[in-house]
Amino acid sequence: MGFALMEGNEAIAWGAFESGCRFFAGYPITPATTIFNTMLRLLPPVGGVCLQGEDEIASIGSCLGASMAGLKVMTATSGPGLSLYSEHLSFAIGSEIPIVIALVQRLGPSTGSATRGADGDIQFMRWGNSGGLPVIALAPSDTKDCFLLTMHAFNLAEEFRCPVFLASNKEVSMTKEGLDMDAIERPEIIDRTTPPAGEAFLPFDVRSGSRVPGFLPIGNPFIPVRQTSSTHGPDGYITTDPDRIARNQERLRDKILSAIGRFSYHEAYMEKAADTLILTYGVTARAAKDVYDRRKGTDRPVSLLVLKTIWPVPEALIREKAEGAKRIIVLEMNDGQYVREIRRVLPGKQVDFCGGMNGRLITPHRIEEVLTHGQPAQ
Amino acid sequence: MASLLNKERPPVFCPGCTHDRIAGILDKAFQNMGLKGTEIAMVSDIGCSGLFDTFFHTHAFHGLHGRALTNATGLKLAYPDLNVVVTMGDGGMGIGGAHFLSACRRNLDLTLLVLNNFNFGMTGGQFSATTPPDALVGSGFLNRLERPLDVCKVAASAGATYVTRCSAYRKDLAKEIERAVRHKGFSVIDIWGICTGRYTKKNKLSPGTIEEDLSHLPPFEGPVEENRRAEYGSLYRETAKTLGPVTPPVSLEATHAPPGEGRQGVVILGDAGQRIITAGDILCLAGLSAGLRVTQKNEYNITVLRGPSISEVILSPEEIGYTGIERPAAILAVGQEGVGRRSPLFADLDAETLVIHSHDLTLPRTNGQTIPVDFKAQGIKLPERALASLGVLAGFGRAITPEMLESALRAQFKDPVLAPSLELVHRVEYLGG
Repeated sequence: MGFALMEGNEAIAWGAFESGCRFFAGYPITPATTIFNTMLRLLPPVGGVCLQGEDEIASIGSCLGASMAGLKVMTATSGPGLSLYSEHLSFAIGSEIPIVIALVQRLGPSTGSATRGADGDIQFMRWGNSGGLPVIALAPSDTKDCFLLTMHAFNLAEEFRCPVFLASNKEVSMTKEGLDMDAIERPEIIDRTTPPAGEAFLPFDVRSGSRVPGFLPIGNPFIPVRQTSSTHGPDGYITTDPDRIARNQERLRDKILSAIGRFSYHEAYMEKAADTLILTYGVTARAAKDVYDRRKGTDRPVSLLVLKTIWPVPEALIREKAEGAKRIIVLEMNDGQYVREIRRVLPGKQVDFCGGMNGRLITPHRIEEVLTHGQPAQ
Repeated sequence: MASLLNKERPPVFCPGCTHDRIAGILDKAFQNMGLKGTEIAMVSDIGCSGLFDTFFHTHAFHGLHGRALTNATGLKLAYPDLNVVVTMGDGGMGIGGAHFLSACRRNLDLTLLVLNNFNFGMTGGQFSATTPPDALVGSGFLNRLERPLDVCKVAASAGATYVTRCSAYRKDLAKEIERAVRHKGFSVIDIWGICTGRYTKKNKLSPGTIEEDLSHLPPFEGPVEENRRAEYGSLYRETAKTLGPVTPPVSLEATHAPPGEGRQGVVILGDAGQRIITAGDILCLAGLSAGLRVTQKNEYNITVLRGPSISEVILSPEEIGYTGIERPAAILAVGQEGVGRRSPLFADLDAETLVIHSHDLTLPRTNGQTIPVDFKAQGIKLPERALASLGVLAGFGRAITPEMLESALRAQFKDPVLAPSLELVHRVEYLGG
């Protein structure tokens, strides 16, 4: 065994590569550019394609084309690019096109600060599509997570035929760490399912017992395949039938929401004697773990729940872990985005918030202050 | 070959609309080429041209407004043998201008049919990128203030390898479409047609006036000689074959003992161009060579050769949580801008922290143990000072040892850089040392 020095972004690229990603398109943007750089080294030598799009719209647009041709695809950007992804993101959701989107967040709003970290796009990821259907987002805390969660992201995108975000942050993606790649236990690789043989193919037909249509690539030499951004029925043609439309919308929602129990990735450090639960995600989990470690075994222990799946909200998991806690403190590198979800999921509990938008990490010291003195002034 | 037209979904255009006619002609071209439906992908934009994917028994991709070319690009790169035909209106041409330029420059083997009818049909006849200034349209006076786009001139100047401008009533349009599809590279046909639902309600436009208008413009007919070059996809694949496979990042085994116990934070403060991040990398590699956990958090402005450059490295026998450094074991200060950015750090130090610094810097007041180094007197240039200060740090046995540093340099550098780097960290001396 040995450790390699790797940036989070490099680990994302390697995770994608090992997942079988063979098409990447991106537009350079700090702090996501090193994903593009690494994919450009990885893909062409093995017959894959790494494309520099003329803008973010073209980047995700060509990814959707390549995904419909059957390739596993990824793109990477930051907040300003996510704005431009929006219409294709909606397309990928509504028309069930698998894609992994590495979103390396930086301090916004707008151009903001290219080299300062934040978790400022948490609700934007969830609601930045027309129609409001759910998305999946996984949030890495370190380089190992970047590798592993990228692999999970590909599996989820393929299984559910949907966009999956890797919700990273400059402070995770551009921080280097020692990583023992050989020691990481990889998940089994999942590929999109093909339709049952011997039956007439309809591109959006869903067989009983499943919520996800079988996939055939556009370009296959046997059966013409349709894809459309319009409201469609199982045959992939536009439909105006309200019942059909409603059934499809419900399916698009339920295929994600009903399965959340299977991919509620997290780390839980529960202390029986603790009356406070710290709940966080992303880079802030690292400072929170320091605080947990320092207090463990003292007369003032805390429990800690680190969410790695943030969308859809793993509600059952949160309720279970918060059950015995008198107080929940939500930490995040923004002005209070995910705490809204926690307050929604845990009505009647005291849910305090600690965060901020100044480009600085939340320190263990600051977490201690909140634990000791209560909710900071906002 | 049989017609590929979808009998169950015939074209639904307004009577007299040239889109209807073009759909039939496109089918004829496919028949003449002997293509099967699975050998074609129809990629359509938004608007009336966006209905084309539904008329044919082919692969079909109905994309987004102005973005059809981006979707087609991904499809074609993934399936190089597929005939990818994109239909887009003059509306898509306007909103997707950047993608059109890129497609021309890239020369991927796509065929673009611009169904140019000089207005937005579906939304009420508003003006588009090609509407003449004297036309009466649904945008009031606005088209009078703008100049229409010459699709073909733009295509040619952007590097398209096949450009044709013609009327939808052209007699051999099927043959021309076939030529464009057969062309290996990006081909554009700017097909002028009539929107009876909107445009000709208030504007005079007929097959005859289209011919008349076209006769006053410079002709574009097929291959553009000065742009002739290799097709993008083939070129991409050929070039990729010459690239070697990538090996995973080099791993370092633990071969040394670290100098001390516990977590050690080192902050390197310098200016852009002083190879601060490289020094941080080397410090991390040194840590890995002693089996330590390492993190490296860097800070710099987006300007490349100006401003501060800061690297914060933690070496620890335990897992590292928070990646910031609250109480550094050492500060290496080699540039004034980095010192300025982190000046509050100095006030909180005690004598436990080594402050190895270029002797000519102005340091904030500090209780840290300051170790001045006269780099200039030793002939050590600005970009070498961060690396040299690692030699001083190793000499003190703080965070790293000379053996760890040497292993790191051997992992990071090859000759001819390695030997002088090793020599530099060995020879550097501090004042009073």
